[in-house]
Order: sequence, then C-alpha cells, then structure tokens
Amino acid sequence: MQRREALTKLTGRERYVDDLPLEGFLWGMTVRSPAPRGRIAAIRFAKGVDWSQFVVVDHRDIPGPNVVALIEQDQPVLAADVVRHVHEPVLLLAHPSRDAVRRAVRSVEIVVAPEPATLDFRVSPDVLKHLKIEKGDVARALAQAPVVVSGTYETGAQEHVYLETQGMIAYLEGDVLVVKGSMQCPYYVVKALQHALARDESKVRVIQTPTGGGFGGKEEFPSHIALHAALLGLKSGRPVKVIYDRGEDMAATTKRHPALVRHRTGLTRDGRLLAQDIEVVIDGGAYVTLSPVVLSRAIIHAAGPYACDHVRIVGRAVFTNAVPFGAFRGFGAPQTQFAGERHMDVIAQTLALDAVELRRTNLLREGQTTATGQVISDGTDRVAVMERALELSGYRVKQRDHATFNATQATLRRGIGLATFYHGAGFTGGGEVALKSRLRVAGLPDGRVEVLSASIEMGQGTLTVFTELAAARLGLAPEDVTIAEADTARVPNSGPTVASRTTMIVGGLVERAADDLRRRAGLDDAAQGDAVKQAIRRWHRDHAGGTLVGEATYEKPPGIEWDDTTYRGDAYGAFAWAAYTAEVEVDLRTCATRVIDFVAVQEVGNVLNPTLARGQVQGGVVQGIGWALMEECKWRDGAMANNQLTNYLIPTSDDVPSIRVAFLENPYAHGAGGAKGLGELPIDGPAPAIVNAVARATGADPRAIPVTPERLMELLEIADLGLRIADSAP
Amino acid sequence: MSDHSAIRNPQSAISMTFTLNGSPVSVEIDPVDRLLDTLRYQLALTGTKEGCGEGECGACTVHLDGLPVNSCLVPSYQVRGHRVDTIESLDPRALEPFERCGATQCGACTPGVVMTAWWIGQHADLLRTHTIRELMAGNLCRCTGYDGIVDSVAEALRETGGGRRET
Amino acid sequence: MLPGSVPEALELLASDRAAIPIAGGTDVLVHWPIRLEAHDRTYVDLSPLDALRPLSWTADELVLGGLTTYWDVIQERRARDEFPLLAAAARQVGAIQIQARGTWAGNIVNASPAADGVPVLMAYDATVVLESRRGREEVPLDCFYSGYKEMQRRSDQLVVAIRIPRRRYSFQVFEKVGARRAQAIAKVGLAVTHSEAGWRVVAASVAPTIRRCRALERLLETGFGPQGPDDLFPAISQDVAPIDDIRSTASYRRRVMARLLFHGLREQWGRRA
Repeated sequence: MQRREALTKLTGRERYVDDLPLEGFLWGMTVRSPAPRGRIAAIRFAKGVDWSQFVVVDHRDIPGPNVVALIEQDQPVLAADVVRHVHEPVLLLAHPSRDAVRRAVRSVEIVVAPEPATLDFRVSPDVLKHLKIEKGDVARALAQAPVVVSGTYETGAQEHVYLETQGMIAYLEGDVLVVKGSMQCPYYVVKALQHALARDESKVRVIQTPTGGGFGGKEEFPSHIALHAALLGLKSGRPVKVIYDRGEDMAATTKRHPALVRHRTGLTRDGRLLAQDIEVVIDGGAYVTLSPVVLSRAIIHAAGPYACDHVRIVGRAVFTNAVPFGAFRGFGAPQTQFAGERHMDVIAQTLALDAVELRRTNLLREGQTTATGQVISDGTDRVAVMERALELSGYRVKQRDHATFNATQATLRRGIGLATFYHGAGFTGGGEVALKSRLRVAGLPDGRVEVLSASIEMGQGTLTVFTELAAARLGLAPEDVTIAEADTARVPNSGPTVASRTTMIVGGLVERAADDLRRRAGLDDAAQGDAVKQAIRRWHRDHAGGTLVGEATYEKPPGIEWDDTTYRGDAYGAFAWAAYTAEVEVDLRTCATRVIDFVAVQEVGNVLNPTLARGQVQGGVVQGIGWALMEECKWRDGAMANNQLTNYLIPTSDDVPSIRVAFLENPYAHGAGGAKGLGELPIDGPAPAIVNAVARATGADPRAIPVTPERLMELLEIADLGLRIADSAP
Repeated sequence: MSDHSAIRNPQSAISMTFTLNGSPVSVEIDPVDRLLDTLRYQLALTGTKEGCGEGECGACTVHLDGLPVNSCLVPSYQVRGHRVDTIESLDPRALEPFERCGATQCGACTPGVVMTAWWIGQHADLLRTHTIRELMAGNLCRCTGYDGIVDSVAEALRETGGGRRET
Repeated sequence: MLPGSVPEALELLASDRAAIPIAGGTDVLVHWPIRLEAHDRTYVDLSPLDALRPLSWTADELVLGGLTTYWDVIQERRARDEFPLLAAAARQVGAIQIQARGTWAGNIVNASPAADGVPVLMAYDATVVLESRRGREEVPLDCFYSGYKEMQRRSDQLVVAIRIPRRRYSFQVFEKVGARRAQAIAKVGLAVTHSEAGWRVVAASVAPTIRRCRALERLLETGFGPQGPDDLFPAISQDVAPIDDIRSTASYRRRVMARLLFHGLREQWGRRA
C-alpha cells in the first residue's frame, strides 16, 4: 500500500501547526538566559516600549509546580532565581504582531550574576545517573588474555534539523485547555500540562498536528513549548501561537548526547573476544531530561552484536551547563556502536587480522548470550546478514581494486568499511509493561473501522502501517480504515512515538484490538471483509447511538525477564540485526571524504511495507553520513554557536550516493505482522562503517566524529602519512 | 484576520498586482514583507513552507517567472507585474510517480521539492549538463535520504519521455 | 523605493546616501525576520530595471549586465564555451534557487571574502562599470577592494556592467572547497588563468578581501618548480592571510591552497611564460 497521506503532502495540502487558520491570536515568544550559570539579579524592561500592550508571563504565573514533568522533576518551566544554561527560558511575551514581539524580546534584559559553569562533560564531577552491566569476571579475563587492545572514542552532538520547526497553539474551549502542535508524544504533553498548570486530565486536551519530522527532537521538548503557549493563553484569555525560528530551534532545543567511550578488550591472538571492559560517559547538559534512559540504551548496546563471556560496561551521565541534551534517533546506541565498531577495526589493525573475519569469529550465534545475559535464539543468521552486505557491496573485489587505485592515484584514495550492529526495539526491560499502552479500534455505523491511538505520524509511516495492519486483520480494503487524529480527548495512551515501537508493539495492539472488535460485533475470529462490515453495521442498527469499540492493552510476550536492579536479562523483546558497508573516496588535497557507495542490509522481521521500510533505512543512513562527516555543533558557553543551516551542514542530495538497501526476513512472532522495530537501527551503523573506510583509504586513525576535512588533515599530518603521499608528484 | 506580518504602516504600504497561479491578484503589502509571508499569511496559501529563512533548505521554493526561487529571499514588492506559481497550482495527476517512489515522508520539505522537481521535468534538456542530484541540492530533506525523491524525478521524466536515465 | 529607470535609480541613490540597492535579494534578505534593524533601512529596488539584465557580446568583450544572474550565464552557451570558469563558479553558488536570483554584480558589491563569482571574474580581468549622477567610472576588479568589506564604490554608484575581455586562454581552472558539494560557503576558493596577458591567480576566503596573488603569479611567470605544496608556502604567506573562523581553520586553508595549486598546476610549474 502506498503512503496514504502522500498526495496530501505532495500537493501542499497537509496542514502543519503554522498553516492552521486561527482567529484573534497572539504570537508568543521566549526571553532566555544569556549566561550558562548564575543567579538572576534583575530583569530590565527597556523604556520606550509600551509594555501594557504585551502579555508578560514569568514563573509566578505558573499555577502548579514550576516543573516540566518528565522522568525527574528537576527542570523548571521558567527559571525563577537561578539559570543553568544559556537560552534557558525566563520570561514569555505575547502580542498580536509577530514583529512587535520579536522586538520586545530584544528589549528585555535578563541580568545574571554569573557563576562558574561546567562545560566539559569529560571532567564534570556531577553525575546524574550511574549504570553498570556485568557478566562473568572481566578483571580476571583481561589479566589472562593473550592480547589486550584499548581505544578511546568520541561522538559529537547532533541537531535534528526536522524541516518543520517546533510550534504550538494553545487556547481555551470553555474550561478545557486545548494545545495543538508538532509533537511525538501527546500524552507526555498532557502530563506536563496537568502537572505545572494544576489541571485535571479532563481539563486538558492535546492534539497532535501533522508533524514535519521529529527524530526524537519532538519527544520531550514540545512539553516546554506547550506550557509556554498555555501560560500565555491562560493569562491573556486569547489563543496563542508559538513557532520557533530555525536559529532559535537549533540553539535552544535538545540535541543528541555527546559521548566518550573507552574500550579495553581482551582477545586470543586469532581474534576471539575474551573480555570487554567498556566505560561510557554522556553529557546530559543542565537537566536530567531523558539522560538516564539514553545511558541505559547506550550501555546495553555498547558491547556490540558479539559473544563474549566476560563483559563489564560502566556508564555515567553527567550534568554540565550546556543546553540539555535529549532524545535523538538511536538514543545512545549510535554513540556506543560507533565506538564499538571502530574499535573492532582498530583491533583488526592491531592484531593484523581481517576485519571481516574478526566479526565472523565473534558475531552472536544461536543460543549465545548478550552482555546482559539475554539468550539470542531468534533464528537469525547474523553471519548471513554480514555476508549479504559483503556480496552486494562487492567488498572483496573493491578492496583489491582500491589497493591498485590508491597506488596509482596522485591525490585520491578509496576505501571500504564495514559495521555490524544491532538495535533493540521497544522500551528497555520492563519499560513496555510500565507504559501499559492501550489502543482501540472502533466500528463505525457505516461499517468502516477507526483506529484510535496516540501514536503519531511524522513521516515514518504510522498512518499507512496501521491502516495495512487493521485492513489485513479484518480483511477490509484500506479505504475502510480510518486513523483518528491523535487527540487525547478521543484516543487512549498507546505510549510515545519513540523507541522503534510503533509498528512492532503498537501495531500489535492494532491487530488485537481489531480482533476484540470483531468479537464484540458477534463474529468469530475467522470473519473477514464484507462479513465484518455487515456485522458492524448490524450492531449499530441494533444499538442505535451506541459505541462499538475493540480494545487492547499491552501484554509482555512470554519468556521475557529483566532485572532492573542488576541490569541483567532480556533487555528487549527483539533485536534487529544489520551489516552496513560504506565505500569512500578521500581527496588528499582537501581531505574531504565522499561516500560513493553504501549498502545497508538488515533483518527486521517481516517487512510490512517495502517502500516505507526502504525509506526509513535510506533516511537514517543519510543522517548517519551527516553525523559522521559534516554535522558538527560548535559551542559557545554550552550553546550552539553555528545555529544556522549555512553553518550546521546536513547532507544535500548531491552529497550522498544512492543508498542500496536489502532486507533479510525472519518473522518475529510477537511483532505486528511479524515485524521488528526498524526506525532507529539505520543510524547506528553508518558512522563506524564510514570512518573504518576512511581509515582504510588513508591510513589515518580517526577515533572521533565528525571526521571533518580539517580533522582528517590534522590526523594525516600527525601520522606523517599525508605529507608523504599528497605532497610529492608521482 | 490576525496580523501575521509587520505592523502595518499605511503610509508605506504598496499596492501591487501580479499573476499568481495563472490569475491576476491585487494585494497591499508592506515593504518588509517577503513573498513567503505574503503567500502564507496574507493570501492563505500555506502550501509553501518556511524551513530556515536563509535560502538554504528550499522548503519555500516557488516559481518566479518560471524559475525556482526561495520565496524567503524575495521581497514581495519585487513580484509586481511578474508571474508567481506555487504548489497549489500543480495538477495532482502529475504526482503519481512521486507517490509510488516514496518521495515524501514527513512532508515538510515536500512542496519545495515538488516545485523544483516540476521545473526539472519541464527542462529535461538540463540533464545533458546536470545530474538530478545537483539540481535538487537546494532542497534539503531530513527524512528520505533523497533516493525516494531522485527516483521520483527520474521516473517522472521517463514517463513524460524527457531526459535520459540519470540520477 | 521603486525607480522606473536607471537614471531614476541613480537620482534616488544620490539623494539618500544611506539607501541600499537590492537586486535578487539573496544576500539582503537572509534571516530577514530576525534582522529587525535591517527593516528600518531604505532600499532601492533594481529588479524592474530590465535594461541591466541582459549580457552582451562585442568583438572584444563579454559584458555582463548589472542584473545578469548566475543562471543567465549558465544558460548562455557562448559564455560556457569561452569563459568556462564563469559557468563552473555559477554552478557552485548555492543551488538552482540561488542561481536563478543571484547577480554577479550583487556578488561583487556584497564584498564577501568568500564570494563565489568574484574570483573567476577577477581571474578573467573583469572591469566593474559604475554609474552615478556624476558620470561613469570604470574600476578593474582586482583594484576594487581595499579592505574587509571596503570597496571602490560610493553609495551613490550603481554597478551597471561588468566587462570581461575576450582572450585566448591556455589554462583555466576554478576550485571551490566547501564543507559539502552544494549550498556551501567557500572555505577556500581559487581561480587560475593563463592568457597572453599572463597568469592570474585569485584566492577567496583566505584574506579579508578576494585578491590576486601576485607572489604566486610571479612564481608561475618565472618558471619556479616546486617539489611539493610546502614550497609554495612562502609565496602564499606573502599573498594571503587565512584565519580561523566558524567554518574552518587558517592552517587548513593554507595547506589546501598550497595543495590545490601544486597539483592543479602540475603541468604548468617550471615553464617560463
């Protein structure tokens, strides 16, 4: 089935929050801290502005606790006495004219008595979360290992650059506060509004508008803007719209956690893993936000898709006075898997082993266990996944060709790199159980069905996949399935649209709720198509004005056990597995790297919709290419100084090759339609594959991303290789 | 209707007429208005999107006298007497290859992408000197990784018989 | 201000010394909504001055108009053939949406040290033709810039044409090094030509202004034969002064410039003119 809303988007008729008609509204904007840490000494309103024309909101206008409810209750809605990061919201202003409120924001001075700020996470003593995974006896295994290879790796922050910036509208409908906007998690927003505004759930209604990209950047941050718009709306009694400019969005909202990962790996001389000792540090920024969960996923994936009897992974998330970091596709796994997969190639280089054979030796086989002791017995041949990538990419032939090419070319070098990796879908451990996700499928009077969930569409294909699942389950045509707007007045909490869970887990609820609907309509489980439609219509004739609804609540699949205190057991119901290759060409004159071919092979259970699935892989890969080569956050006082699209660069169509995608299918019994989660997996692999390729091509040894031309040139100079290769005529 | 643009100063307002999607339109604009603002907020043609305000992302692409331009960089007063075409004027039937080949995911970049792609389709001879990827490089997309877009353009060109198979 | 003709525009510029001419808007309107101070200034709209748009050919020159766009030159086959660096540079300016609106003259008077059009024009010995109410003035482009964002243009002058002499070029190359292939501001720009008039080596993004690199030109004229890029560092240091900025570093820029010149002119080094 083609994307069901494609034509609406292609014709420009899809209406995002800033496209909606709105009568008599005020534009809202935020006045922010200029300093990374300190006490607010004064707030000065410039003379010459008629402030009576503006709605002004500060922390005293907050009816409930001054807290944006999330995991912890540590982040204020508006700073009261202290500020902990540049751009921290202090005041809110609103006015009918957008221009006037822009000028007004410039006319308020937040005077901060500065205090020393912590800006280097590598040395921050302020730990917000510690986690540890232990398996076997790492200390002894390392001591006894014939070979030990160490390495330290770093990944930088990444900005989401969703093409639609963040935005919210807030207004009162009677005594119900309505908030509409771009978001991934309507119920997170409800919870935040209820808490800080001291409102009962029945007095808060949140509606997700078509969302122009999220990638995690609209997971927790929208709650802030929702609260800002709501506070202005409540104070003024008028609708309020807040739309972030691109520069503000880039500077003031969350980004991927920067990370530092240290590996000490014990092996036999022929490359079998004996011990993995891994340390992970991530920068949380000024507030907790979701850092504990990012850290959790980071450490769970840190040891890679390999078998090893002795593993210790110690992780900590620390506070700094940077703008808080938050969810971004991959959620910790890209960071630790960059380190792990680059380290595999460093090991191969150190031991003079083939990088492919090293992986072949260690890739998890059926029945072996992960670092948390999870038995992998899903029937997937992980070596076959890798072999398919090697086959499609022509890996071996290319390696030989490159050797010739590099020996004869004056200034160009080519290389091909590999990464094998994995990604657990759904919330970690007991997370899905704790979410208690619920979903409903209603039978409408005309015989069609309506899927009601809080799982939103942001381009990843929710509307289409839910339609396909419901239609397939009940034997209906896609036109007979409608997906309800994600309006918390109508839809149950199916959990946040994150963690690659929407198809696998929430899709499973669609199937079960459809089954429940069928039963309530008086049919047996085999009924399909017209029989279903007729039964629904008949039910409505017999129960005029009634509601016919099938429900489903999340049930943990059998055999999944997780211990949160020891961090052992089944971290995820299912892992998706992948092998990616990247072929690069480096111009030694400029040290610019181009990816000239990319192959992405993965096993994600059944592929429900090939076009959508391929699109998810290609999109994730290109984000990974950007993160590896050109996306760099430049910091000033812990805030992004290059907060423009001219100086924070994401790939254009001309910067990337066609991304060649292949799927190996192995149905997952507990995923909707046999599917596993897919959305985040593709961003775990590109960075290490590319950097491994660059190392192959040039002989440099990058340990951090992005590998910008400047960094690569420096590395080559240090290694003295570049000078000899590039600077003499052949 | 709420004021989306600068505080209106009647003394500096400019009356102008231009051809919009094939029909003449008369508006009063403020000199500080960008074509993007006039289209979206004054004329309620919200198909054209603002992604960056600096001419980098192409989400605001419209045709000005038949050429794709960033409407965030066009002062509204400059279109007086000229021809502007927006996404709203496109025949949806021409979009079938884009549906089929996965050109859109979240849709935020899509109108701009389609406007540039449509123009390429009308100038297939450009593919003698340019690749599709080079011509689309002014339209940033964060969702698709570009294959869906490039495949769609190539497919659309194939179907109209124009241009060689080139990505 | 909306002049109907070039003389009218010149009148307006003469009467208001703070007025800013605006052509394609691709520089002036960047980040417009948040650059509030720019809203209060006065602009002279050049876009209706059709007389300034076309480019023209004479026996001796290609003359770009004051409003000729990058796309106009990309489309002009004769320009592609005779002055290939113009099309090469034009294609690397932003992307099609910018090329369709940006003007060569606008690029000149924006005076960015990273400008894309200026290096190739300068390497082709272009002359800037300025008009004002006081008359016409012609300034060779390689004398046009006197310092960072400072140029030989009075505020009452308008660039009405750019004259490029038609010559037989035995060598011409343009390199723009950006952080990605399109929509990138140059970290290093280089335009190098050789004709009967001699060598021209023009560098961008490595000094407060775009300029001819006279020491490097002399090396080429005198048949200097470098053994490696490092041998060009002394001349480079005489000619340019790259800095660290948000886009790149001085060290990178210097090395890239040396390597581009060394490898790009491999066949040319060591030959006397």
